Amino acid sequence: MTQISRDDVQHLAQLSSLALGDDEIDSLRADIENILGYVEQLGGLDTSGVEPTYQVTDLENVWRDDTIDDYGIDRAALIALAPDSMADQIKVPKVL
Amino acid sequence: MSTIADFINKNARQNVLDALAKAKDNESYHALLSLTEARALERADAVDRGEITGRLAGVPFVVKDNFLAYGAPTTAASKMLESFNAPLQATAVEKLEAEGAICIGKANLDAFAHGGSTENSAFGPTKNAIDQTRVAGGSSGGSAVVTALDIVPFALGSDTGGSIRQPASFNGVVGVKPTYGTVSRYGVVAMASSTDTIGTFATNAADAALIMDIISGRDSKDMTTLPDFFATITEAPAPLKIGLIKEFMSPEVDQDVRDRVNEYADKLKTAGHQIDDVSLPIVSLTLAMYYIIVPAEISSNLARYDGIRYGRRSQGVQTLAQLYGRSRDEGFVTENKRRIMIGSYVLSSGFFDAYYLQAQKARTLLINEFNELFKTYDVLIGPVAPTPAFLLGENTGDPIKMYLADIMTVPASLAGLPAISVPAGTSTAGLPIGVQLMGQRRSDAMLLSLAESMEQK
Repeated sequence: MTQISRDDVQHLAQLSSLALGDDEIDSLRADIENILGYVEQLGGLDTSGVEPTYQVTDLENVWRDDTIDDYGIDRAALIALAPDSMADQIKVPKVL
Repeated sequence: MSTIADFINKNARQNVLDALAKAKDNESYHALLSLTEARALERADAVDRGEITGRLAGVPFVVKDNFLAYGAPTTAASKMLESFNAPLQATAVEKLEAEGAICIGKANLDAFAHGGSTENSAFGPTKNAIDQTRVAGGSSGGSAVVTALDIVPFALGSDTGGSIRQPASFNGVVGVKPTYGTVSRYGVVAMASSTDTIGTFATNAADAALIMDIISGRDSKDMTTLPDFFATITEAPAPLKIGLIKEFMSPEVDQDVRDRVNEYADKLKTAGHQIDDVSLPIVSLTLAMYYIIVPAEISSNLARYDGIRYGRRSQGVQTLAQLYGRSRDEGFVTENKRRIMIGSYVLSSGFFDAYYLQAQKARTLLINEFNELFKTYDVLIGPVAPTPAFLLGENTGDPIKMYLADIMTVPASLAGLPAISVPAGTSTAGLPIGVQLMGQRRSDAMLLSLAESMEQK
């Protein structure tokens, strides 16, 4: 069974953009190890020559006209949803 | 319990006031996160003035709080979206409003619909409509409970792996998870795009069919929607070949659950249908497939919650990386984080083939087994869940135990099949038990007509 370390949890948290608190790391470590242990039973299934499922609709090539549709949504209403904005732009902390 | 017809041709304002009063009387169940009182009354008055007409004119309803709707925030029961005011409405809500229905509130759920008990709501659990010491089921627990408590005659939910069917079973109402692609998901908070479906709770099969007829159909805003195929069937179906899935009736399944399902099968037989025991051998592995594929899709879909464009933004951060990490840590509940991280694991290089690809291949084998059975059988039946509603707190310490409650609902989800939960009596302790009817893709209306034909039997 896959062993998951605290470092593995930290790595997964980083991949997931989650700044986990120290208190959560241990319980998540155990949970993730148990869940992976459970789903690993699939490894014993013979799937040689089987195509993976890509989708479950029977639709193919859904086309639409290449026209602009604003979906009836107002730009100002969307900007207003941002936690911080200035001069009709969304404001973020310094990137570089 | 009341039906939709009980609200038609009545004073709409009175309908809404009655529903709001019932909602307030039943606050102890915590089924609703908000009421859309002001907007509901405005719309009711417009119905009463004859400005809004339609098949549901003046009928109050509730939507799960992962549907974008006006009149109250859309929280997905999370701190992430605690004060998110939707700039648009879900297509399903728009279609109901176009028929004159009136949304009176937003129902509780597991945060981002991750869970099977509504205990993962960031705002506290919903209690079972029959026994307040027990769970509502989930993730659409609030929608099931408002229907069972007769606050409204129907409520919308979403079902990704059983989130409509299981709470319907736990609270004794009808729950419909349609064929994948039947109802537009535009304006509904995405969880796992390859299995997310929109459906309804109702007090009877005919009402459920009416709602599905209204909300289904192709939507250019959701490219996975199918051309409209849903057409209500009013006559009882001709004798059908029905398979009872024997893997769902093993001794580990609660005795009362097996007894009620067997009784329902006997009633189907008495009604002239043929019932055979059938086998779906791969079913024991479907939960493992589900808990690889769905977390993978969750990790992708929930990447959008970055604290930048909308939703929670952590305060006092210096860098962009801190902003992402802290906002997401504060905005998600533990189950959200668990699923996102499992998804990151199974999709990461080196593990992708062994987990995600293997699960998608196994999914093909599951679909093949279903297709094989549907060569002979029109309908497959079995329980909805292995037990009636469990106690609040009973499974919260053990994610695997919680996941096992989904074992009978995930197969139809992974295969994109329609599946409905219909009340089949109660346990010896008086807890509701549902039976699950599954059919081929696009057989939704037939399943509902079969359920309707059995209601008086």
